Amino acid sequence: MSSPDISTNPLSELLAKKGVLLADGATGTNLFAMGLESGEAPELWNEDAPEKIVKLHQDFVDAGSDIILTNSFGGTRHRLKLHHAQDRAFALNKRAAEIARQVADNAGRPVIVAGSVGPTGELLVPLGALTYEDAVDAFVEQIEGLKAGGADVAWIETMSAPDEIRAAAEAAAKCGMPYTYTGSFDTAGKTMMGLHPKDIHNVTNEMEQAPLAVGANCGVGASDILASLLDMKEANPDGTIIVKGNCGIPEFRGSEIHYSGTPPLMAEYVRLAMDAGATIIGGCCGTSCDHLRAMREAIDTHQKTEKPSLDDIREKIGPLRNKTAGDGTEAPKRERRGRRRA
Amino acid sequence: MSEDEIILSELSDDELVQQMHDDLYDGLKEEIEEGTTILLDRGWAPYDVLTKALVEGMRIVGEDFRDGILFVPEVLLSANAMKAGMAILRPLLAETGAPKLGKMVIGTVKGDIHDIGKNLVGMMMEGAGFDVVDIGINNPVENYLEAIDEHEPDIIGMSALLTTTMPYMKVVIDTMKEKGIRDDYVVLVGGAPLNEEFGMAVGADAYCRDAAVAVETAKEFMKRKHNSMASAG
Repeated sequence: MSSPDISTNPLSELLAKKGVLLADGATGTNLFAMGLESGEAPELWNEDAPEKIVKLHQDFVDAGSDIILTNSFGGTRHRLKLHHAQDRAFALNKRAAEIARQVADNAGRPVIVAGSVGPTGELLVPLGALTYEDAVDAFVEQIEGLKAGGADVAWIETMSAPDEIRAAAEAAAKCGMPYTYTGSFDTAGKTMMGLHPKDIHNVTNEMEQAPLAVGANCGVGASDILASLLDMKEANPDGTIIVKGNCGIPEFRGSEIHYSGTPPLMAEYVRLAMDAGATIIGGCCGTSCDHLRAMREAIDTHQKTEKPSLDDIREKIGPLRNKTAGDGTEAPKRERRGRRRA
Repeated sequence: MSEDEIILSELSDDELVQQMHDDLYDGLKEEIEEGTTILLDRGWAPYDVLTKALVEGMRIVGEDFRDGILFVPEVLLSANAMKAGMAILRPLLAETGAPKLGKMVIGTVKGDIHDIGKNLVGMMMEGAGFDVVDIGINNPVENYLEAIDEHEPDIIGMSALLTTTMPYMKVVIDTMKEKGIRDDYVVLVGGAPLNEEFGMAVGADAYCRDAAVAVETAKEFMKRKHNSMASAG
């Protein structure tokens, strides 16, 4: 297994050149706006309605994105199985990357094609039935497709289980692809499986090939992800950190789903994220091109200043939805009887 | 094994129940099976074993889950241990006609295969004394309607973990409204991308942040239902 030379991959090169990169906005919620039905697999549109995926990417590029994510979040066979498309995993991922590649190559400036890799939706052994080896195989199948279609990097996202991150990272390495990964810190400031933001850097420590960047995406809202960012940066001040937060929180207006974040709020989120030390910044659920344009302008005009406090974040973005992740010391210890396991 | 190893059968009833709470917390399946059997052998009513040992133990687990002290891996182990105890008690409970709190049909909505949260809610609800009918993942509205017809539940539970699938909850509830059956059931929704306002907007009775809250909420609604039936009767 040969490690790619990290200094020569397009993502790191562009990052070195520009300092801070704007990723893209939401895939799922923007596809709803184009007519995707709730419950349908967005990945099928790579073959059935590619013009809509082209438009999604093109709009993001026009709004100023430096990185676009392929429409392949649910592209492992475990997720596609639900739509009886498990045997099309390679083809759908390849097509996803080809569509994004074409838009990126026509942009007239460097745009990175990040191959989106989301969770399988399965629990790994011993909690569930999926073995680590099978998880790696499923991710290899997906990432092979993304690579064949021209993706620059495997973009592992919305993860909650450290072992699943490792499986996806190992798959990327097997495919000879550089990778990044981000967790979704949506449960009491940690991931659902209990991964603390400060520990995000160490998930793939044992692996030969290190990630290009790590961070957070999705979660519960812009304030909460900035709180996670403070923890991540403190734990590793030199790390390259991604934040791709939701555009506020979801609400229904009539029959339409909306996110509470406004373009000025997302611009403020970008400035705070820059001050807190993130260098790859984007939006997740609910982030439209209007938001992205405001975020682009914020990156281009903001002079990085000192790191914000939690209070600064609350004041400028709004209250946190969840409590921040504790370090485990403040939790009241339950009085226990004899000890059974260490 | 060290000399302070605990021999369950040597503990008094009170100590054993306490120990079972700890063992549930630690997800020790075999110890829970052993403790359950010992209490039954000592002449405990199955319903008392359920409520005093298992349900109370899971209540503590649920509280620490709610408070961000325990996370999904630990709670899954606890719930599996509880299920092992339940497997022993279930046939006995059926024989003795132990009281049931109510019946719930639970499933993940169409397009979503995530079942971790749904399974947790199902197990905790069962542990709390509800009958639970789990219709699995990826459920179109028809599946919910069929399950309602077949099982006549008190509560419908819907789960979604993706922003692309959570709006489907509204499809299910709107269909129930069209059929004029919405108000016959308590509808509870949950899942990471949701929130209280969203739950209200789709027309659910309540949004439940986690499995522990789901159990509390379900109990509260069943209590209200019984009260209103009592006053109407």
